[in-house]
Amino acid sequence: MIDNIVDITLLSFLVILALAIIRMRSLFAVVMLFSGFSFLSAGLFVVMDAADVAFTEAAVGAGISSVLMLATLALTYSSKNADKEEKPTTHKPWLPLSVVVITGALLIYGTYDLPSFGDPEAPSQLHVAPYYLENSMPETGVPNVVTAVLASYRGFDTLGEVTVIFTAGIAVLLLIGGRRRVKPNVKKNGGDREA
Amino acid sequence: MAVIVKHNLILRVVAKFIIPLIFLFALYVQFHGDFGPGGGFQAGVIFSAAIILYALVFGADKAKRVITPYVLRLLASLGVLIYAGTGVATIVLGGNFLEYGVLASSQVAGQHLGILVIELGVGITVMSVMLIIFFAFAERGQAVLSSNAESEQE
Repeated sequence: MIDNIVDITLLSFLVILALAIIRMRSLFAVVMLFSGFSFLSAGLFVVMDAADVAFTEAAVGAGISSVLMLATLALTYSSKNADKEEKPTTHKPWLPLSVVVITGALLIYGTYDLPSFGDPEAPSQLHVAPYYLENSMPETGVPNVVTAVLASYRGFDTLGEVTVIFTAGIAVLLLIGGRRRVKPNVKKNGGDREA
Repeated sequence: MAVIVKHNLILRVVAKFIIPLIFLFALYVQFHGDFGPGGGFQAGVIFSAAIILYALVFGADKAKRVITPYVLRLLASLGVLIYAGTGVATIVLGGNFLEYGVLASSQVAGQHLGILVIELGVGITVMSVMLIIFFAFAERGQAVLSSNAESEQE
């Protein structure tokens, strides 16, 4: 009962935020609303008892990515557009709208074939999940099954993930790292001149 | 980024008060990941968030004096090295790659040790990569701003 109320409240806030993000023109406000959207999603994950996922969503989605998007806004600063307004769209929205509506309708239709939330007969609960739940405590002695799976049973996958993060860091360093000076005439692109 | 830094007294006082608490929470998440929610990834992000908060309030240059970009690059590689090195160590001790059971006298003790060490590796790499990315953005932002100022003077 109380779960339903929390779910409905969080989901309606998510819808309101999504509509606000679409209508908002100021990019700074959009970044802050994205952060709020992530935080509400983290709340939804908590309601679904996925504390680890909620933790990651709150820290990465609401925290770090907002900071990085703000940093990108600061990077793309131009004195012509100091209040960081979104450019008005020049194309008609009907083709993308119809694509999105049809895809969304198909996805919602697809959810009718999915097992209901927390169904013990769901395929994902019948594969390796029972093994982890029954054996992770005697085999690893770690009470948090998520950590046991992540660090021990799927340790090789996690090594791959860490390598991906490391590679991302190297890629960013290669792209915009270092102490290169931006030449003034290169930085002013054609679009700024015309306006 | 440096332009943002002005005399924000309340922001400075609150940041000074809250940054140690964030560090403490990050360490809790790091080493308590076996028992509660969390682990190396979340802890690394929280740890870097504290330093990013410092950089936002006091300026990226001061934050870079706390932890220099060179150290960050070393740490990012060190984390991956710790993780993969644990795997190699288990091979040397006669197990499979990342089979933590051989690290200590009993299976469960070895698992505990192995998970703690590799989570530490994950935390170190995530923390330093997040900071590397943030500092790269901040540095480039400064370069763009100063070149803006130069072109406006011309």
